[in-house]
Amino acid sequence: MSAVAARFPEVSPRRRRTDRFMRASLLAGTLIALVPLVLVVYFLLKQGLGAWSGSFFSSDPNGNFFGNPGGIRSAIFGTLEMIALATLIAVPIGIGVALYLVEYGKQSAFANIVRYFIDVMTGVPSIVFGLFIYISLVINHVGGASFAGWKGSVAVSLLMLPVVTRSAEVVLLLVPDSLREAALALGAPRWRVVSRVVLPTALPGLVTGSLLAVARGMGETAPLLFTAGVTFLASSNINQQMNSLPVQIFNDITSPRQAVVDRAWGAALALVAIILVLNLVARFVSRRSRMA
Amino acid sequence: MIPPETTSKEQTDMSTAGGPSERSQAAPGASASRAKVNKSGHGVKVTDLHAYYGSLHSIKGISIDFPPNEVTAIIGPSGSGKSTVVRCINRMHEEIPGARAEGSVTLDELDVYGEGVDVTAVRRLIGMVFQKPNPFPTMSIFDNVAAGLRLTGTKTSDLRHLVEHSLQSVGLWGEVKDRLGEPGIGLSGGQQQRLCIARTVAVEPEVILMDEPCSALDPMATLKIEELIDELKERYTIVIVTHNMQQAARVADTTVFMLDGQVIEHDATNKMFTRPNDERTERYVTGKFG
Repeated sequence: MSAVAARFPEVSPRRRRTDRFMRASLLAGTLIALVPLVLVVYFLLKQGLGAWSGSFFSSDPNGNFFGNPGGIRSAIFGTLEMIALATLIAVPIGIGVALYLVEYGKQSAFANIVRYFIDVMTGVPSIVFGLFIYISLVINHVGGASFAGWKGSVAVSLLMLPVVTRSAEVVLLLVPDSLREAALALGAPRWRVVSRVVLPTALPGLVTGSLLAVARGMGETAPLLFTAGVTFLASSNINQQMNSLPVQIFNDITSPRQAVVDRAWGAALALVAIILVLNLVARFVSRRSRMA
Repeated sequence: MIPPETTSKEQTDMSTAGGPSERSQAAPGASASRAKVNKSGHGVKVTDLHAYYGSLHSIKGISIDFPPNEVTAIIGPSGSGKSTVVRCINRMHEEIPGARAEGSVTLDELDVYGEGVDVTAVRRLIGMVFQKPNPFPTMSIFDNVAAGLRLTGTKTSDLRHLVEHSLQSVGLWGEVKDRLGEPGIGLSGGQQQRLCIARTVAVEPEVILMDEPCSALDPMATLKIEELIDELKERYTIVIVTHNMQQAARVADTTVFMLDGQVIEHDATNKMFTRPNDERTERYVTGKFG
């Protein structure tokens, strides 16, 4: 009896207390981390939903000092157009670099230098990319106009590039080597191994990583200020100055007029909603393509 | 649970019973080329092979003759270099960073390491089955079998037929014919391994290398693969690395015993397991070490 008790002693009260305390503090930490998130969503909905209306999405900001200040149509189109172009630039290059690093460069000195510079690039403040494009493309009037939507795209793509590359590299490394070996042993040339086996296997992760970069780029104000310009123009021509959601929020929120401040909240909510929808669509697409 | 099992069993029986005749009807072109293959047979000769991982000298000058249409088993303790040897035969060894091989490997009269030899062509002729079943997770059962052809850019007039034929030759057709569109990783371990063999067979190699093909499988699945090896040797030269000495005794015509990157003995399997020449072989096959 006592021998059994000695071999299976009960959990000591001290251990039990410690366990309960640690569990409680971990839970508390999680809840504390959730507080800002919930508050952000709460205030966005509270302040932003009021501004939403049919004309909010169908009219452009008019810059009038009195009366209806207009909506955010040009900002939505500007953001979608510029980010689409930025994605077209950053995602293929980023995934290409990651493919080079994982499939070819591996641990060579050059590959490691590339990795180092990607890390440095991740840490560069976004306004620096804006200034870089301002000096190189804007003040030289490259392509005719000084400020242009596509120049904003280039600045944002520079910002997205390291995010895409780093996340793609991690995902490609997760593709088991046994699959590469299986394909190589069948007599497949390297490029077919990459295009037919590695990329499809990594696709869901690549989509997620790219989307993270898109979401990051979409919310950036600084790279657009000196490149796409600040305008209320209803331009959907990417060769001219373009409005965008972050820049409009940036301008509106400092306005003395309540209607314009409300418009900023509405635009912020719209931006979050667009990113959310993009996320859901991409998840859906990558899940379906996996089965095919 | 029970009905599918019975049906699959019936189907397996049927496919084994009608296997060869169905095969010759199914793909006359393929079987004609096979008949040619059958007569000549393709042997592999390894001569004075050295292999290195960086500075580690793991294969120290070995020579082995793998006769055509025979099963040769390579046995030996872990780290003796069995896998490295087979990976040198189809030049997969050099895929490992820092790894290299010296010496000669010939397929018939073809020098596998010859200058200007296309490594992908070598691997197409010398197929490989790995220890862990590795079907492509993004592909269906059908696409997995077709993968070898698609990955090598081989054009086939009748892909469907070839896939069916390959699945039949590994005895998997009856089990999967109604779900060819489902993912290959949905199959059981043993089925996955046979799928991988079907994938290898589909590119019509001349030699099949198997690197411990059953070590991740249960005894029933192992038995099936062993029976399959027996059928496959009619058409292919087979080299199998195994940890399981009973397996070597069951499937192999000749057996190679390796130790520390050297061949200790290579003889008829029967002789190796009953009265080997070398004392170390005897100690190993009787389980005294390794």
